Amino acid sequence: MNLWQGLAPSTLVSLSILVPFVGALLVVAGGKWPNLREAVTLITAAILFSIVLAITSYTFQGVELRLDVVELFPGLGISFDVEPLGVLFALVASFLWMVTSIYAIGYMRGHNERNQTRFYCCFALAISSVMAICFSGNLLTLFIFYEVLTLSTYPLVTHAGNEAAKRGGRIYLGILLSTSIVFLLFAVLGTYSLAGTLDFRAGGIFDSSHSKIALSVLLVLFCYGIGKAAIMPFHRWLPAAMVAPTPVSALLHAVAVVKAGVFSVLKVVIYIFGLDKLKDLATTDIMLYVGTATILLSSCIAMTKDNLKARLAYSTISQLSYIVVGALLASPIASAGAALHIATHAVGKITLFFCAGAIMVASHKKNISDMVGLGRRMPITMVAFAIGAISIIGLPPMAGTWSKWYLTVGALQADKLLIVAALMISSLLNIAYLLPIPIKAFFNASAGESKPWTWADTKEAPLPMLIALSITSVGCLVLFFHPQPLIDLINLIPGVSTSVEISSNLKGES
Amino acid sequence: MIEQHLAVLPIILPLIAAPIILILGRSLLAWGFATFVSAWACVLSWQLLAAVRADGVVSYAVGGWAPPWGIELRVDAANALVLLVVSALSTLVLLYSKDSIEKEIKPSRHFLYYTAHLLCLAGLSGILLTGDAFNLFVFLEISSLATYTLVSLSSDRRCLTAVFRYLVMGTIGATFILIGVGMLYMKTGTLNMLDLASRIDIYESSRTINTGLAFIMVGVSIKLALFPLHMWLPPAYTHAPSAVTAFLASTATKVAVYVMIRFIFTVFGVAHVFDEMRMGLILLVLAIVAIFKCSYMAAVQSNVKTVLAYSSVAQIGYIVLGLSLVSVTGLKASLIHIFNHALMKGALFMAVGAVFYRVGSVDIKAFRGLGRQMPLTMAAFTIAGLSIIGVPLTVGFVSKWYLVTAALEQNHWVLAALVLAGSLLAVVYIGRILEAAYFQPLHESHDPEKVKDVPWLMLAPMWALVLANIYFGIDTSFPTEAANSAAEWLFQNAEVVVSKPEVSQ
Repeated sequence: MNLWQGLAPSTLVSLSILVPFVGALLVVAGGKWPNLREAVTLITAAILFSIVLAITSYTFQGVELRLDVVELFPGLGISFDVEPLGVLFALVASFLWMVTSIYAIGYMRGHNERNQTRFYCCFALAISSVMAICFSGNLLTLFIFYEVLTLSTYPLVTHAGNEAAKRGGRIYLGILLSTSIVFLLFAVLGTYSLAGTLDFRAGGIFDSSHSKIALSVLLVLFCYGIGKAAIMPFHRWLPAAMVAPTPVSALLHAVAVVKAGVFSVLKVVIYIFGLDKLKDLATTDIMLYVGTATILLSSCIAMTKDNLKARLAYSTISQLSYIVVGALLASPIASAGAALHIATHAVGKITLFFCAGAIMVASHKKNISDMVGLGRRMPITMVAFAIGAISIIGLPPMAGTWSKWYLTVGALQADKLLIVAALMISSLLNIAYLLPIPIKAFFNASAGESKPWTWADTKEAPLPMLIALSITSVGCLVLFFHPQPLIDLINLIPGVSTSVEISSNLKGES
Repeated sequence: MIEQHLAVLPIILPLIAAPIILILGRSLLAWGFATFVSAWACVLSWQLLAAVRADGVVSYAVGGWAPPWGIELRVDAANALVLLVVSALSTLVLLYSKDSIEKEIKPSRHFLYYTAHLLCLAGLSGILLTGDAFNLFVFLEISSLATYTLVSLSSDRRCLTAVFRYLVMGTIGATFILIGVGMLYMKTGTLNMLDLASRIDIYESSRTINTGLAFIMVGVSIKLALFPLHMWLPPAYTHAPSAVTAFLASTATKVAVYVMIRFIFTVFGVAHVFDEMRMGLILLVLAIVAIFKCSYMAAVQSNVKTVLAYSSVAQIGYIVLGLSLVSVTGLKASLIHIFNHALMKGALFMAVGAVFYRVGSVDIKAFRGLGRQMPLTMAAFTIAGLSIIGVPLTVGFVSKWYLVTAALEQNHWVLAALVLAGSLLAVVYIGRILEAAYFQPLHESHDPEKVKDVPWLMLAPMWALVLANIYFGIDTSFPTEAANSAAEWLFQNAEVVVSKPEVSQ
């Protein structure tokens, strides 16, 4: 799997960040020749994926990949340190960038979008900052590239350039910048002044000498400061960002931005606080219930939305809080479930968004009420939608089953029956707002269509888009049957494990 | 031979060059000569900084008359850094102004601009380098009168009311400083700063000395535009020619901050000012109010230069905040922000000047569509604006980091939160301008052919500052080390007692 044997392992880390950045520059240079420009994007994405695969194999071998770049402040600077959770996120991001690029080619050309060069360039820059976030070695590096990600995705969100885009962009940037400057930066500086270091360390960087009250406050600041995790009430940026073209929504809601948010939450929980310390803090339970409320409330709001992308946005908010809840349960298996959910939700949600975009390009429909009987005209798309929906709901034989499984077991182990109930109710709500769409598309005829169906009746989306959504929906299936590589990776994370210890409570002993 | 007189040359060169420009008269030659002199002064200030790093302090007796009777120039880590900032900004602005003032100042007065600019540079350098309190007042007056002239050169008639207000308030400020220095002289009999320090030390508490301190502090506060004595700044910056604003915003108020630092640390001593007179609390409260009130005012203005002027007052609030924390980290944060803010605001005002050059107006409406028409200028404005907000990888982030770290060191958690919250208002006032530039189409009355990017002589200094913003935001070693040594030096020598001379007269 390793094509880069000749290079020093640490160089791979810097390459993973530089390759998309150089790709962005080359896209701008080749702007006048669309086919060349698209080829640059695809080749860059392929190169990046192979680099990440090489890093993965090094991680499995136990090779340490560290890189100190530049010292910004005395004793503190930009540095990178590869660990298994970051590798998981990087795998998801780089693979899905390839697929999204294929999709974007079909979408941007099928929709005759303007400013395509700016689009592909900002895409590549965003992926570059995601890679930097994945491999960040301390909180300062994470914060820096978190902000760079916000800024590089702003032109993508406001791509359309009209009033609606401007308004959406304002909410997007407003919420993300405000939470990161006022809460996250404050939390980072507070951590630095308390612990004296910002490095990510297994088991956390705080010890018993630090006041529990200060740490509890820091936890809340981190949770709300990482606005990309869309914990209520700072979730409004997600539906506001729906003004973006669908490839951007697919990128934002499956790959880059939201996963960077929950990834940061997981990293802070595992490597800054440490799972054991988290159990002692007073605010862990508070934030746990805030996360649970987010899961349920946003599912309810999703049911009221007729616009497909809006419904999917609120579904994403709900699913992100699964990961946050998993992290805050502070148990090895719940964290494993949360990490796995990063991958399974990504594949499922990106399929749904790809389908939404395909529907928009092929039949110009945005609202669910218009999609009755659409299965006749777009069978491949709606089958893919059904597969993605089942994965999000968490039913076999789709990938989402496993992550939901681990999360539920983790909640049971922690004796938080309320959260188990919430997860179950949420699955029911997911069924309620996702399944009717493909069902109505296939089993209800739209007015005036009663003749038998033939392939000639179909008017599907452009081929690149179909290829992309087929790949991701097959991915949902594959991950159900072969989750082992990802699970092995997750088991490498210190303090996280998927093995279930039979709790003495369940056995009935004291 | 130059090395011997290194300390006095940055003052004398511009001072002599100014009347020569009056004689030279013609615009191009005047510009060339002025830029050459300013660049030379910049090189000299760099050498001075190196000398200070090697020897600690450079002391020079003007005319060979020994202190404390003669005027002494005393260069240490603090003023060497600020001098470098002033002379570098002066050179860049002079390069920029050749094209910029063509649209803003009548051609017959161009040579007056260069004369006044060099006089201002001489005055500011004098303030920075001198070790004599009255000499400081003299140079303060020289630079102030030069700035009043500079602001009044604009062809926009509204500059006259702005200048008049600036003149009145500035003169009150300078007079207060003079009264304060006079009171100190009355009590101690000397004007040399080190000598003053040792003699003031003898008096445990004296009403004359304290009143002198109060007058000096208020006078300096007017000069550095500390809230609520800042009312002269927004109109003056708005109606002055853009090149003038770019220079003043980066240098004049920072030099006044230096004066405050010098009087607090070297003359009066930290214990006297902060412990006995409780100046720390006063400065802290005024700084916080300045940050929030002025950031808010910036967010509601329609003239972009006024937005940036109020932003400058808010940034001065940050600098004074660092000062009021009375710690090495706090002072270091202030000194770093002096350096960084010059880079940020210099670039911003240059970009605004470029817009005026092409469009003829600096209202927010004038910025519409410029993202497409003047991409390089607006890109410079964007990056410098992000620096003001405090986005990582720019110098603004470095300043904010040190400031909040200094606050947290003393367990002022609320203060740290307030500093960060102030950045949110910066997002608003910078965001409004960027939205106009990138999201709105060009106004119908403007000809798209004519509205394109400005000549390279204006772009180059602008982008030099922008790239410096990014460079020093990543490789922070130079400004950080310079600020660190300055802060440590000032604190170490805050209570210095030079050999007590005989008090007999």
